Amino acid sequence: MKSTEQLEQQLKRHSKAAKLEIWGKVVSFSALLLIVAVVVAIIGFVASKGLATFFSNHVSLWDFLSGKSWNPGVTDAHGKPEVGALPMIVGSFLITILSAIVATPFAIGTAVFMNEISPNKGAKILQPVTELLVGIPSVVYGFIGLSVVVPVTRAVFGGSGFGILSGTCVLFVMILPTVTSMSVDALRSVPRYYREASLALGATQWQTIYKVVLRAATPGMMTAVVFGMARAFGEALAVQMVIGNAALMPGSLVDPASTLTSVLTTGIGNTVMGSLQNNALWSLALVLLLMSLVFNLIIRLIGRKGRLQ
Amino acid sequence: MFLSNDITQNTEMLDRHVVQPADPQHPTILSTEDLHVYYGKKEAIAEGDLRFASNQITALIGPSGSGKSTFLRSLNRMNDRIATVTGRIMYRGVDINQPDIDVYEMRRRVGMVFQRPNPFAKSIYDNIAFALRLRGVTDKHALDEIVETSLKQAALWNQVKDDLNKSALALSGGQAQRLCIARAIAVKPDILLLDEPASALDPVSTSQLEDTLLELKQHYSIIIVTHNMQQAGRISEYTAFFNQGRVLEYDTTSHIFTNPQVQVTSDYVSGNFG
Repeated sequence: MKSTEQLEQQLKRHSKAAKLEIWGKVVSFSALLLIVAVVVAIIGFVASKGLATFFSNHVSLWDFLSGKSWNPGVTDAHGKPEVGALPMIVGSFLITILSAIVATPFAIGTAVFMNEISPNKGAKILQPVTELLVGIPSVVYGFIGLSVVVPVTRAVFGGSGFGILSGTCVLFVMILPTVTSMSVDALRSVPRYYREASLALGATQWQTIYKVVLRAATPGMMTAVVFGMARAFGEALAVQMVIGNAALMPGSLVDPASTLTSVLTTGIGNTVMGSLQNNALWSLALVLLLMSLVFNLIIRLIGRKGRLQ
Repeated sequence: MFLSNDITQNTEMLDRHVVQPADPQHPTILSTEDLHVYYGKKEAIAEGDLRFASNQITALIGPSGSGKSTFLRSLNRMNDRIATVTGRIMYRGVDINQPDIDVYEMRRRVGMVFQRPNPFAKSIYDNIAFALRLRGVTDKHALDEIVETSLKQAALWNQVKDDLNKSALALSGGQAQRLCIARAIAVKPDILLLDEPASALDPVSTSQLEDTLLELKQHYSIIIVTHNMQQAGRISEYTAFFNQGRVLEYDTTSHIFTNPQVQVTSDYVSGNFG
């Protein structure tokens, strides 16, 4: 009997390891809680501020999304404030889609070279270069855009040189490394036996890449492009430096324009908290936030579809 | 030990283990001469000299790491970017180990099936039509016909004929492996190389696969790497025994199993090691 009690005591005593175990759980769970709290707080804050435009200032959502003139301090002929965000929304989407369209073929080409054609050179030269490109601060990209891309655009296409086209050029270089390195990951996750099976059937290397490897990597590639688009959509500083910051509907690719982010960064310091001008900017921020949520959702959907295959 | 007195202990005495298939009805279709394979500086195959008879099944057996898979993969140049292969691989009188050989055309004639069933993430139909389409076959009727005959030859037609457009990834392991065989024979190769095709399969699928191979022998020359001695005994006419990168013995299967000339072979086929 005594030995049973002893054993029970021994087994019920919390050892040091068991206590550490609880500690570890507490620490990691509180880290998780903190992050969730921050995300919820950000969404809540941006939403409360951004929705104030519609609830406190009684701007109609339709006017906000479809209006073409942006001048929150001024009221128009009907006595309504001019808070049409369409030019910025169009500017943001245009610049995002254009830079993704330009960057995707380059990224896929680079990734195919790095992973399929010349893995050695890819690992030795291209990988570090890509990583370096990721690490360059966006103000440097913006500055190069301002001093190189804008003058070239001006010389070639006329106009001031500021506009969607310059912004696209700068963003293309900025998102290229992201899309490239994620495409490399996508290619790497294609099992080796797909390639072997194709080669053993007498397919050439190019046929193997084109018909088998790229097909199998498509979900991953699409995720890479959407990630790049999310980055392009949210980029503020570099774009602001080269786009011209005119809150006008862009008539052409070389007209000065603006994006949601560029209007936010230029405007937020010049408005008073609580005023319509300030609230309208928060509404733009809300649109940005919602769009990044949409990008995230798309990425998740693609990922799930890829797994189901 | 007195039982194996007649078995040669000294492998050096048997430095050429080339067997000309004695049966004139099955002339040599493929042979290797002075074949060496190197991974970097490490020699994986030293002297693999073998002749393979047409429309017969030749089994390559040997312990793990003996080089039998490396040897097999060299035969249709799948080792090109991985290893250095020197020596001659004579296919119907042409050395296919020359740099100016079109390996893609050659691999159409010398097909391969791998250890792990590896269908593409495409439909059953598209898996088989894959290599044909690469070669410019676009005629629907021609494709339909080849898909059907290939699946019939691989003994898979009756199970999948109503599901040709379903994903090949939904097939069971044995079905997937037979699909891979159907895919390989769709381009009508001369020779079929199989690298332990049954090692990932259950016994029933394995036995079905062996039946299929015995059927296929009529149309193709088959070289199969196998870990399974009984399998070699059941299906092959000739057996080559690999050990440490060398072909120690090559003869008719019955000879290898009943009257091996080298002690190591005797130990291996009787299950004393490996």
